[in-house]
Amino acid sequence: MRSVFGKYAANCVAFLLTATIDIVHADSGGRLLATGAATQIEGSAGGGIVPMAVLSGYDTRDEAGGTAFVSRVDTKDYRLDSIGAAWSWRNRVELSAARQELRLDTLAGALGVPDNTIRQNVFGAKVRLYGDVVYTATPQISAGAQYKKNLDFFIPSAAGAKDDSGVDMYLAATKLFLAGFADRNVLLNGVVRWTKSNQESLVGFGGDKRNSREAVFEGSAGLFINRHWLIGTEYRQMPDNLSFARAQDWKDVFVAWFPDKQWSVVAAWVDLGDIATLRNQQGWYVSIQGSF
Amino acid sequence: MRLTTILLMALLSGCALQASKPDDLYRELGQEQGIKTLVTKLLYNIADDQRIADQFRDSNVERLRDKLVEQICVLSGGPCVYTGDTMAESHAGKNINDMHFNALVEDLIAAMNSQQISVSAQNRLIALLAPMHGDIVYH
Ligand code: HEM
Repeated sequence: MRSVFGKYAANCVAFLLTATIDIVHADSGGRLLATGAATQIEGSAGGGIVPMAVLSGYDTRDEAGGTAFVSRVDTKDYRLDSIGAAWSWRNRVELSAARQELRLDTLAGALGVPDNTIRQNVFGAKVRLYGDVVYTATPQISAGAQYKKNLDFFIPSAAGAKDDSGVDMYLAATKLFLAGFADRNVLLNGVVRWTKSNQESLVGFGGDKRNSREAVFEGSAGLFINRHWLIGTEYRQMPDNLSFARAQDWKDVFVAWFPDKQWSVVAAWVDLGDIATLRNQQGWYVSIQGSF
Repeated sequence: MRLTTILLMALLSGCALQASKPDDLYRELGQEQGIKTLVTKLLYNIADDQRIADQFRDSNVERLRDKLVEQICVLSGGPCVYTGDTMAESHAGKNINDMHFNALVEDLIAAMNSQQISVSAQNRLIALLAPMHGDIVYH
């Protein structure tokens, strides 16, 4: 016998969150809604803090497309603004650029230094190696690199960071399981990143404790309540290279809204752990993305 | 954070308590009559969809409708037999690409929405159709 409650619970949540806007026949590319994902803080297609194997925008193997985004993370003692754009070609290659600006008034005050901002440029490239996030039985797999250049290296070097620039390399596998859980579509994403960055390289690369690349794990899991709303969580392991302060792994829980193929909005509660001796950096994250 | 946990728990319990019969989806699609209406609406949406309408210009619409009804009936666990050609045969040489395929999926979703078919039934039907993608595109 089929339980009325199970169906009711799922459909009830779906009803509550159903966006009134329906699928539009937009010009922004031939892929399905939400398959371009959002843009993570470093400018690659992904969630909030973790990249995915999917490429930005909605271009199929015969098209080109792209996105632009702004995002803000606001924790107790820090604020990180990111802005950027990505372009992808034939659902094969993604190129991205982002500028990040970290405000650290508390830390600057504590250190007694005038700089209260760290800016960073990120240039990313991603190549889809294999598969399709929706249609192949195996996950979509992509390889990516993010070149990052810290523009305000005074505080990072004081903290013990060795380099103001470096390259992260990653391999991502992403799969949408149609009707995968409670008849809802489930998104799973796993990333291995080779990096020696400190706090997403906002505190530079390498340190006194360790100055070589290591493999860290990042992952995301989400549940599509319906075609427009995704709830989920992310995890991003952090290297711990500096003896001056320990780095803790980042995590968040998020809600993403895809009203149509032009826009998406992500809101999250993030927990970045301790950053540069300031404890318990929890707070909000919001990002808005436009696709073309 | 707590709200998400509650939502996840609600979905979890929904999943755990659900035991489906083989023809559940067939009934959720409205059985034979429902599937006929659904396919008719799909074909109207296709005819209005500039992205793919041209591909069906020379189609035998009556046959296509019957074969699609049979196919969806069988897939959803209904008491039918599919008498049409294989997906590879019927789409070979038609230059169907990813954009065309997704356009048809969007037209199907619009038809299912207008039939008020639940999100869970929509997901299950699309999950059954998605594996055909490889036989249909770029051949
Ligand atoms: C999951 C996706 C699809 C399914 C389940 C499907 C199913 C079918 C079926 C059952 C037939 C009839 C076969 C027969 O006559 O024996 C057919 C024919 C056909 N399909 Fe598809 N199809 C799909 C996608 C597409 C797409 C994306 C296009 C193009 C945009 C397309 C274009 C055609 C055409 C032109 C015919 C031939 C109609 C005729 O010549 O009378 N199909 N399809």
